[in-house]
Amino acid sequence: MPDVDRNPAAPDTPQIGVDEWVATHDTRREGAQGRLGRIRRELGRVPTPGFYLAFGVAAALLPAITNNDYIVRVGFDTLLYMLLALGLNITVGYAGLLDLGYVAFYGFGAYGYAMLASPKFGLHWDTLAIIPVVTIATALLGFLVALPSRRLLGDYLAILTLFFGQLFVTVYQNGNRISFLGLTRGYDLTGGPNGIPNIDNVDILGLRVSSVKGYFYLALVMFLLVLAVVYLIDSSRTGRAWKSLREDPLAAELMGIPVNRQKLIAFSLGAAIAGMTGTLFAALNTAVFTADFDVPSLIIVYAILILGGAGSLGGVIIGALVVNVSLEVLRTPGHATYIFYVALAAGLVAFVRPWRWLAIVAGGTIAFGYVVHAIVSAAWPNGVAGSPAIGGPLGSFLDSWQLYPANPRTIGNVAFVALVFVCMLLTLLHGWVRWVVLIPTLYLASFTWENRLVMEPSITRLILIGVILIVLMNLRPQGLRGAARVEIV
Amino acid sequence: MNWNLFVTELVAGITHGSVYALIALGYSMVYGILKLLNFAHGDIYMVGAFIGFGVITVFGGPLALTVNVVLLLSLMFICAMLGGGLTGVMIERFAYRRLRNAPRIAPLITALGVSFFLENGAQLVLGAQFRSYDTFSWKNNPIALNGFTLPAQARISYAQVIVVVGTIVLMIALTLFVQRTQTGKAMRATSFDREAASMMGIDVDRVIVVTFFIGSALAGAAGVFNCIAYQQVWPYMGFQAGLFAFTAAVVGGIGNLPGAVLGGLLIGLAEAFATGYISSTFQQAIVFAILIGVMLARPSGLLGRAAVQKV
Repeated sequence: MPDVDRNPAAPDTPQIGVDEWVATHDTRREGAQGRLGRIRRELGRVPTPGFYLAFGVAAALLPAITNNDYIVRVGFDTLLYMLLALGLNITVGYAGLLDLGYVAFYGFGAYGYAMLASPKFGLHWDTLAIIPVVTIATALLGFLVALPSRRLLGDYLAILTLFFGQLFVTVYQNGNRISFLGLTRGYDLTGGPNGIPNIDNVDILGLRVSSVKGYFYLALVMFLLVLAVVYLIDSSRTGRAWKSLREDPLAAELMGIPVNRQKLIAFSLGAAIAGMTGTLFAALNTAVFTADFDVPSLIIVYAILILGGAGSLGGVIIGALVVNVSLEVLRTPGHATYIFYVALAAGLVAFVRPWRWLAIVAGGTIAFGYVVHAIVSAAWPNGVAGSPAIGGPLGSFLDSWQLYPANPRTIGNVAFVALVFVCMLLTLLHGWVRWVVLIPTLYLASFTWENRLVMEPSITRLILIGVILIVLMNLRPQGLRGAARVEIV
Repeated sequence: MNWNLFVTELVAGITHGSVYALIALGYSMVYGILKLLNFAHGDIYMVGAFIGFGVITVFGGPLALTVNVVLLLSLMFICAMLGGGLTGVMIERFAYRRLRNAPRIAPLITALGVSFFLENGAQLVLGAQFRSYDTFSWKNNPIALNGFTLPAQARISYAQVIVVVGTIVLMIALTLFVQRTQTGKAMRATSFDREAASMMGIDVDRVIVVTFFIGSALAGAAGVFNCIAYQQVWPYMGFQAGLFAFTAAVVGGIGNLPGAVLGGLLIGLAEAFATGYISSTFQQAIVFAILIGVMLARPSGLLGRAAVQKV
């Protein structure tokens, strides 16, 4: 590959022909060489549904190879996130409508199932009846929510749906004492803060599903069905209409596409999928609370969609796997630490070029750590009084490399704030200075992780999700699997 | 008619409305220039509130102040406005600038990420608990005016007066800045047409930075105001305030500064009367209903002009 100067000395002068696209033109036409290239070409011949089918088969094997209910449970949650991301993919990825009240539809579906199949109102419907009823009701709700902003800019829809999502939480949170303008006695509709407990298991024509494995298969079947439907819609007239109105609503309208109607259909369909997913959530958890349908869940679904690539169906699968499995792993500090260092190393390998700088940065960081450790242990023994959260070879390496103050809370907080600032500074630097500054940054990142972040896994997860959104949108807005969009000025 | 309740809610509504108006101004300014919904704006308000809290803690806490109250208040405002403003500028520089020409959905999602990051970062560093802000002994003293007697229980406190007067002062300063200075003129031009403005020799990057700084500084001041009147700070306080302030901006006509103030007062009053006469759980529903009503009846807001879509 020809050498491409990524940072031309004079950015203001036009550099004709000097960009990656031009430089890699020949290579790209031939495709990758060697065995890897041949594998890639062969894979390119497999029709896309083949991959989905392969995923379905692989997923179906999961409960067969493990007896651990926890792993199957994580798989079930991942499938739910995939379903949610599929629905959001229609609204955001295809139609380009920013729906920030999406998890409210999920919650509406979950509560719908809870009300129709629990002792709450004494109703115990068959699941085959509940799912269509709830799905259609959610679609109608989505239709009503999108209606006021149908003629307006997308931004208004964003604020309206964000508000709707908050309102949903508030209403369901206080829905245990509904009275009409104080005239009637308080009526308990949603259980309020206590949620709705004792929800029935899925009951399909007398066949009860009660094991986690059963739910896993149910979710898998539902996911594959929805995936098939979305795949067909994707290449249909409607799917093309959505993508055209995402790219340019005005041009789409001039081409004769009924823009408002298509927007409403996309929005309701996304909401319907979320509602349908909610029924499964309620059935497995046997209790629903509003906390599960608040902003953090929304951001997680967005992170999945963005990471995988909005508008890509394969991206939904990959995004949900990556995000949900990492979030799950982050719950246990020991595993989380390994993942953290592996991710750090992978990031270095992916972004530090040329190779000699990678060696310098990696070696420099290790040397830097030993030097700091030696100085601090001589000058301030209290700074190395603690010990790492994990054992094993990595733990003993960290113990002799990283600082562990006896009381890490305050200094960890300071380190976190400092880390944020240093990371922002890094984006401003270029050339060798950046790599040099990277060395203490890595050490600081490791220090913050060991002394603060690993102690608060629940907050760390959310912070990481926020960071993923910001960094991904800035560096690779198309995500892992999406196609880069060319912006027409 | 119960006048006590009415006056109490009126005053509470104006106080709260002033805070919303200040936040809404920043939303509206940024939207006017970048056409970006800055979801992180509400969290800048939280940052301002925490900076004010930090200042007051450094000086011995509200009950054992080591400095003059007036000095303390001014210090709180200066620090909160500077801190808020710098936070806003950094967010613009590091999160939004690269996305200026990206598809519109990209900066929106980034803004969501920034908001989430700020909230949870604050929770990590500062803890999730509610912190009580100040309880100045004079805070709730009712004001007695010569020749004008308020109904017995309808009280106007010093804190509320500080909030309302402070908001008015800041608004006048902002109006003068936007209308009378060269930079203000550049801001108006940029908001009118960014491309044309840059062709006329306006440094658009600088204008955007100034806009973010001023808008965020106002949010920082709002944070201090809110806490003088309502006494609490916590990491997630920015979310609902931001939502209501944004609704205020939309109701008034987004991009329109007097509209933002009008919308803020309207939302504040609606919230206060909903709390007083119906129930505090209904305030969100009422504000939501106002938002929908305005969107249906007057999509460009009460004071906004109908947008003409250019091809």
